Amino acid sequence: MSALNSTLTEPLAPMAQQCVPALPRVLYGVPSRGALSLEEHVAIHGTLPSTGGRGRRRARERATMLIEEIERSGLLGHGGAAFPTAAKMRAVAGARRRAIVVVNAAEGEPASRKDRTLLETLPHLVLDGGVLAAEAVGADEVIVCICESADLGIESLTRAVEERVAAGSGHSPSLHLVVVPAHYVAGQESALVNYLNGGPARPTFTPPMPFEQGVKHRPTLVHNAETLAHIALIARHGAPWFRQLGTPSQPGSTLVTLSGPLTYPGVYEIEHGASLSSLVQAAGGTTARLRGALLGGYAGSWVHSDLLSGIALSNEHLAPYGASLGAGVVLLLSEHACPVAETVRLAGWLAGQSTRQCGPCAYGLDALAMTVLEIAGGIAQARAKQRVEHLASLTARRGACSHPDGAVNLILSSLETFEAEFAEHARHGPCDGCARPPEMPMPYRAVSQCGSRGTRR
Amino acid sequence: MGGTLGMNAQLVTAGPSAYWYLTRSTGAVALLLLTLAIVLGVIDVERWNTSRWPRFVIDSLHRNVSLLALVFLVAHVLTSVLDSFASISIVDALVPFVGSYRPFWLGLGAVAFDLVLAVIITSLLRARMGFVTWRAVHWLTYASWPIALVHGLGTGSDASGIWLLTLSILCIAAVLAVILTRVIVGWRENVALHGVALGSAGAFLLFIVLWLPSGPLSSEWARRSGTPPTLLSHPQTTAKSHRAR
Amino acid sequence: MSQRARVNPIACEAHGMCAELLPERIILDEWGYPIIDGAPLEIWQVKHAIRAARACPTFALLVERDRSPAVAHARSEPSG
Repeated sequence: MSALNSTLTEPLAPMAQQCVPALPRVLYGVPSRGALSLEEHVAIHGTLPSTGGRGRRRARERATMLIEEIERSGLLGHGGAAFPTAAKMRAVAGARRRAIVVVNAAEGEPASRKDRTLLETLPHLVLDGGVLAAEAVGADEVIVCICESADLGIESLTRAVEERVAAGSGHSPSLHLVVVPAHYVAGQESALVNYLNGGPARPTFTPPMPFEQGVKHRPTLVHNAETLAHIALIARHGAPWFRQLGTPSQPGSTLVTLSGPLTYPGVYEIEHGASLSSLVQAAGGTTARLRGALLGGYAGSWVHSDLLSGIALSNEHLAPYGASLGAGVVLLLSEHACPVAETVRLAGWLAGQSTRQCGPCAYGLDALAMTVLEIAGGIAQARAKQRVEHLASLTARRGACSHPDGAVNLILSSLETFEAEFAEHARHGPCDGCARPPEMPMPYRAVSQCGSRGTRR
Repeated sequence: MGGTLGMNAQLVTAGPSAYWYLTRSTGAVALLLLTLAIVLGVIDVERWNTSRWPRFVIDSLHRNVSLLALVFLVAHVLTSVLDSFASISIVDALVPFVGSYRPFWLGLGAVAFDLVLAVIITSLLRARMGFVTWRAVHWLTYASWPIALVHGLGTGSDASGIWLLTLSILCIAAVLAVILTRVIVGWRENVALHGVALGSAGAFLLFIVLWLPSGPLSSEWARRSGTPPTLLSHPQTTAKSHRAR
Repeated sequence: MSQRARVNPIACEAHGMCAELLPERIILDEWGYPIIDGAPLEIWQVKHAIRAARACPTFALLVERDRSPAVAHARSEPSG
C-alpha cells in the first residue's frame, strides 16, 4: 500500500498552515488503516468552503467563482484524457436542464489502484469535491460509481455517506452510491452513463455527449474521483497554491500507481514533472533490473529501460518518448519477464475486453492478437510487421469508444520498444521467459457477460 | 338473407361477376408477390449478391415488391367486398372471424392483411422507431405468409382447381427452400432460433400435407368451411366443375 | 455549410449497401465494414450519400452538417 502512511496519533496541522509547497496534498493525513472519519477529515481540512445556498444569486456567484478558480488553477482531468476540468464544468453549468454529477471511480484499468485507494481511505475528500462540483454546475444529485471488486472502497464510501447524512449534510445535493461491473471499458464515460440509465456497461454512440444528455437525459458532469479530490483542495487553498507544485502546462500534484519489482509498490502522490528515479527511490528502489516501464496503463506506451533514468512524469516531458501519464499508471517490467509474452497475453486480453459492438474493434483486435501470437511463436507469415501496421490502421479510430485506439497504441508501442526481442522470437520462437507466470495483471477474464452479441458476421 | 337471395338469384343467371374473377386473380398475384417479397427479404439478410445484383438492388426490389403486393392485396380486399356474391363487408375484411362467409378461413385473410399492414406501415416509418422494435414487427411476415396461404386454400371455392393448388405448392416450395438456406447459413449464430424456425417450417409443411386432402380437396369442403347454406347450391360454389384451365 | 458522412459503428452490421451507393467515398475493409474519410462531401455526392443513408438497413450511416469544434474532443475521454 502507500508508503506515505501516518498513524494519526497526534492531530495534524491543517494543510493551509504549510508555508513551503510540499507533498502530500491529496494524501495528506491518509490513515494506515481504514478511512478518515468525517470528524477527522474536517479537523484536517476544515469544513466545506460553501455550505448550501443562501439565496440563489449568491449560490450562482459562488459557483461561477469556483469554476473560475479551477480554470486559473489549470487543473486537468485525472481519468486519463487530461481534459481541462473547468471547460467541462462550464459546459455542464451552461446547460438548461438541471445537471447531475457522476464521480467515476470505476477504475477499469487493472494497473491502476489510485481511485479505489482514495475512496477506501479518504472518501470525504472525494465527496467534498463531488458536492462542490454539484454546486458549481447546479446539480442536485451526486452519484458515486465504484467498481464491484473494490470491497473496502464500497464499505468505506457507504459509511462516509451515512456519516454525512447523520451530520445533516447528505441531502443537498443527494449522495448515491452505485456499484458498477468490473470490466475494462465500464469506466468509459458513455458506458458509465449507459449503465446508470439502466443499460449494460457498454459505450454508446456519441453525440449526444454525456455533458449534453447523460443520466436520465440530463446534462451530466462525469469526473474522475481524484479530480474531485483536487477540486476539494483548490476550493480551500486557491489556484496559486495549487500551481506551486507541478509544471506550467500540468500544474499541481497527482496520484500514481507504481507497480512492478519494487520494495514498496503502491499508490504515491507526486508533483507533475517529478523524475521517475525520485519516485522509484521513494518506493524503496527496485528489486530487480528492468526491461522497461509501461506508462499510462494498458492504452499507454512503453519506455525502454535504457531511457528510464531521464524520464520525468508529466505529459509534456513524456511526449517526446511517445508516452503519457494517462491515469497515473507506472508499471515496471522486470528483466525476468519476457516482454513479447506479456504483449501477446495483453493483446489477447484487450481483444477479450472489447464489448464487440463495433466490427472493426472486435475483428481488428482479434486479428492483431493472433498476428502478435504468431510472431511470438516464430510461426509468423512473411511480412507480419506490415500486416500488423495494416491491421492497426483498420482498427484504430473506427469504434464508438477509444478502446481499440488504446489497444493498438499499446501493441505498436510494444513492437517498437522491444523490437529486438520480437525479432528474436520471430526467428527462433518462444524463449525461456515465455513460460514464466505473467507479471502484468489481467483480471476480469469473463467479459462476455458485458453482453456480447455472439460471433459477428 | 332472404332479400339478397332474390337479388343473387338474378345475378346468378348472368354468370360469375367480374369482381369474382378479380378477387381471385388479385389474391393469387398478391400471394405470389408476398412469396417473392419473403424470398428477396431472406436473400437480402443473407447478404447474397453478385456484380449484376448488388445488395442495394436486392434491398430495393424487396421493398418495391412488398409495396406492389400491398397494392394487389388492397385490390383483392376491395373486389371481395364489392363482389356481392358472398356478402363480405369491409369490416369482415379487416376484423377477423366476424363475417358470415366461411368465417374462419376468411378471417385468416383478415389476420394476414392486418399483419402485412403492420409490417409495411412500420417499415415506412422506420426512421421514427428503434431498430429492434422495427425488426420484431418485421418478423411478423413469417406469420402472415402461411396464414395468407391457408386463407387462399380455405376460402377459394376453387381450391381444388389445378391452378391455385399449383401456385400454392410453388410458393410453399420457394419459401421453404429459402428458409432452409437461411437456417443453414445462420445455424451457428443462434442455434435455438434457427432450430425453432426449422421446426415451424417443418410443422407447416406437415400441416399442409395432412390438411389438403381432407380439407379443401375434399368434396364436402364448401359446406364444412362455412359457406352459408343459401349459397351452397349456387353455381359459383359448384363452379369447380367448369374451371378455366 | 458542409456536410459529412459518418458511420455509427455500433449500429453498423456490415451490410455494405453504403459502399455500393457511394463508392467514391466509402470503401469496405476486409471484414465488410465501411471506411469513410472525414472530409466534407462534394455537392454532387450529397444526394447519393442521403440515398445510401436511407438504404442502410440499420440506419448506421449518417449524413450530418458540420458540428461545432467544442464537441471534437468527444472520442478521447476514457474516464474523466
